[in-house]
Amino acid sequence: MKKQKLILIGNGMAGVRTLEELLKLEAELYDIIVFGAEPHPNYNRIMLSPVLAGEKQVEEIVLNSREWYAENRITLHTGDPVTAIDRKARQITTASGMSASYDRLLLATGSNPFIIPVPGHDLPGVVGFRDIQDVETMLDSARQYKKAVVIGGGLLGLEAANGLKKNGMDVTVVHLMDILMERQLDKPAAALLKASLEEGGLKFLMEAQTEAILGDQRVIGVRFKDGSEIDTDLVVMAVGIRPNTALANAAGLHCERGIVVNDTLQTFDPRIYAVGECVQHRNNTYGLVAPLFEQAKVCANHLAQLGYGRYQGSVTSTKLKVTGIDLFSAGEFNEAEGDETLVLQDPAQGVYKKLVIRDNRIKGAVMYGDTMDGSWYFQLLREATDISSFRNTILFGQHDLGDAGHGEETRVGMLSDEAEICGCNGVCKGEIVNAITSQGLFTLDEVRAHTKASASCGSCTGMVEALLASTVGEGYAATPSKKAVCGCTSYSHDEVRKAISELELKSMPELFDKLDWGTPDGCPSCRPALNYYLLAAWPAEYRDDAQSRFINERAHGNIQKDGSYSVVPRMFGGLCSADDLRAIADVADKFEVPEIKVTGGQRIDLFGVKKEQLPAVWKDLSEAGFVSGHAYGKALRTVKTCVGKNWCRFGTQDSTGLGVKLEELTWGSWMPHKFKLAVSGCPRNCAEATIKDLGVVCVDSGYELHIGGNGGIKVRVTDLLCKVESEQEVLEYTAAFIQCYREEAHYLERTAPWVERVSLNYVKQRVVEDKVGRKALYERFKLSQQYAQVDPWKARAEGAETHEFTPLSIDRMRAAS
Amino acid sequence: MNEWIPVTKLEEIPRLGARKLQAGDLDIALFRTGSDEVFALRDRCPHRGGPLSQGIVHGDAVTCPLHNWKIDLQSGEVQGPDQGCVHSFAVRIEEGVVYLDVASLESAA
Ligand SMILES: Cc1cc2nc3c(=O)[nH]c(=O)nc-3n(C[C@H](O)[C@H](O)[C@H](O)COP(=O)(O)OP(=O)(O)OC[C@H]3O[C@@H](n4cnc5c(N)ncnc54)[C@H](O)[C@@H]3O)c2cc1C
Ligand code: SF4
Ligand code: SF4
Ligand code: FES
Repeated sequence: MKKQKLILIGNGMAGVRTLEELLKLEAELYDIIVFGAEPHPNYNRIMLSPVLAGEKQVEEIVLNSREWYAENRITLHTGDPVTAIDRKARQITTASGMSASYDRLLLATGSNPFIIPVPGHDLPGVVGFRDIQDVETMLDSARQYKKAVVIGGGLLGLEAANGLKKNGMDVTVVHLMDILMERQLDKPAAALLKASLEEGGLKFLMEAQTEAILGDQRVIGVRFKDGSEIDTDLVVMAVGIRPNTALANAAGLHCERGIVVNDTLQTFDPRIYAVGECVQHRNNTYGLVAPLFEQAKVCANHLAQLGYGRYQGSVTSTKLKVTGIDLFSAGEFNEAEGDETLVLQDPAQGVYKKLVIRDNRIKGAVMYGDTMDGSWYFQLLREATDISSFRNTILFGQHDLGDAGHGEETRVGMLSDEAEICGCNGVCKGEIVNAITSQGLFTLDEVRAHTKASASCGSCTGMVEALLASTVGEGYAATPSKKAVCGCTSYSHDEVRKAISELELKSMPELFDKLDWGTPDGCPSCRPALNYYLLAAWPAEYRDDAQSRFINERAHGNIQKDGSYSVVPRMFGGLCSADDLRAIADVADKFEVPEIKVTGGQRIDLFGVKKEQLPAVWKDLSEAGFVSGHAYGKALRTVKTCVGKNWCRFGTQDSTGLGVKLEELTWGSWMPHKFKLAVSGCPRNCAEATIKDLGVVCVDSGYELHIGGNGGIKVRVTDLLCKVESEQEVLEYTAAFIQCYREEAHYLERTAPWVERVSLNYVKQRVVEDKVGRKALYERFKLSQQYAQVDPWKARAEGAETHEFTPLSIDRMRAAS
Repeated sequence: MNEWIPVTKLEEIPRLGARKLQAGDLDIALFRTGSDEVFALRDRCPHRGGPLSQGIVHGDAVTCPLHNWKIDLQSGEVQGPDQGCVHSFAVRIEEGVVYLDVASLESAA
């Protein structure tokens, strides 16, 4: 097939990102030609501020080198702006007289700085702040002259002012309003910002309207409306940008403020797409890269002829890149009538945080001084999360919200996998952690290369480094993917699982041998996965390999940062008796447990138990009738219940009793990842069943089964699997669903992504429609449970695996010998 | 001068696993590989002090449980792009008994 021709006009951040996304999807579809007005390959415009401030060199901010274009067989023409588009002939012409034809055209012409048309605006020494050339002009002036005026106290203006100051100039910022960065900040935050910039040596003229720029050969001053004047050798105009629509307009494309596009980033001419700052979408134009990168993704999807992406607009957040100043803002940060505000102010520390709340949801946030939780608030804002349950402590940040049983030390550790770390590129924590572990990444540059996290504005660099330094939590092993399990093999997860059952592989050495494993005994990525796959395939025969489990599962507790462990006894369905509570209290007293907490899954967590103490603690608990709560494992965690019809006037069924039965059926089961259940007694859903891996919602006529939910910051609500009439059916369907997941998901794949990967219909077919298949799954689950429901705590309390819990001692040996 | 003292039997260390050995204030990790070799390293990851005895042993290396640094059991050196080294101690096995050179402990203290 002959390749189609794609031309990109505008060799900037949005356009080239679109090409990158396109190449990922379809590398062979197009012959691509790029025209750029600037003489450079694509560079990171955001980083012009650090370049101006002398913190970076121009070479360091190049995003796509000329080699990149060559490697991807993209023809690049720099320094040659396109001057006309002939839509009938599907041809473009450039300033140098070159012409080229296209099947598809992509416009990404960015925007131009707005130059206020006052007298003198075209004098030498008046510049915008947009490209490398502007920066060079400014740096030149800084070498020759002393004084600079920056018109505009917004993001760009302040970054320019800061940079010029760093270059030794005497800088005055002129602003029309009485609040700096009024589009991002409220009054108190702006005041803090102004004070700290003044401390750094910047001067401000507030509420000043420019009337004329003075000078003959070159600018010598600025005059304001009130008649006052100020001397200067350089004027930087940073009062805003205007989408660059000239070329599109001349070609007869519909433009308003920007080039008008629909949700697929198509202009009014279906062969012509547009992305970036030059675009107007649903009446919005954008001036930050995060939304432009989202556009790029969708646009690439359509250029690749996949046709399923939709761009629906973006909410943006802002950070200021002035070294030493931490500032974050998002959403509607100035409260409207009827809104509530939560404010934390600590003038001594220079910290200010404000959240605007409407209907228990965050509508806007401004933070100054401590912006660590900015991305968390932003996530809550975008997902419209109801914050009423943690409103009291929300201003103290996410680390104040514990999910029991996890000892992560840092705030990044507390973030969920779905939490966005890099706002510019939309990279979430899970992706970064996965990249770090699966690709074996160790440096910031490698993480940037693999994930793009912190590769744009760089504000999140600190968080990415923190993640690198502490790849904690659940993510420290293989990533579920269609690719090879790990570097030891070229087989995928599915292929390995298939081989285990078809070749009847029943031990790890056998598996390594038959599948030609590249390493004698695997690696920390594949061993835990293989151990699980073997266990799931041969519950009766396979002997669990403790040395292939992560420490939490080996020690049957969650290791905490100080090396101690936490202990969560199982309480079936969350029910307990006074005796149970007394027994736990006794253990807590006897072993001087420093902290006790009720978990989100309705269990009691004992913190700070020493590893050596564990068997003794378990012995006491076991004698009181408790078994392990498996709060540390890729296993069945808890069945959360509401009180149901025994007590609640709305209850339709005995939700607590059903929860107990479910937990009795399922406890002890090892899974590809952690697995949570819940039962609510009516659709009011007090047990939050619709964000669990499997949730039961009781109704008058029976029980609804919901699957594939997930809590955390990025909530995934369950899909309805089916409705059944009796408790027995609930048990059978649940077991069948679990078994299907156990047999077919990839290790470390939660039900939510699994259901999305294999599709809800597939699961319905297996668990609901195929009656015989369901029964078989149920039976296989029960069989496997016969071997799984052996309490690991009791066994260890009675002496199993003592070596795990008793250190050897030299002094003891010496005494003996 | 070497001073060998017996510290445990080989079978007391799980294959592809480790035991923690306390020598006064010093924590040592004793590792047993798939081919029944035994190595002794200080039980402190050069990265952030993670307990290496709790890691996963594979080939001639152990991977730290905290952030997956991979450490060579023989030399104690960190492998791959990271840099660092953890103190290693001399061990030998005789008739199923593992001996540690306590003289080599002095240099670590
Ligand atoms: C100093 C500075 C700091 C910034 N800081 C941040 C920040 O912290 N965070 C953030 O999110 N965003 C920031 N931005 C904004 C961000 O850089 C832009 O949103 C982004 O670069 C826009 O991408 P684009 O592809 O739409 O436009 P551009 O990157 O401007 O690319 C457009 C390109 O098209 C070329 N072009 C125009 N017309 C033609 C033509 N007819 N023929 C050929 N080529 C043409 C232009 O020369 C330009 O190279 C900053 C911008 C600046 C200037
Ligand atoms: S987080 Fe990451 S976010 Fe921020 S803005 Fe960045 S690179 Fe840009
Ligand atoms: S879910 Fe329904 S039955 Fe259960 S406690 Fe809530 S209101 Fe009552
Ligand atoms: S402490 Fe060992 S890898 Fe970080």
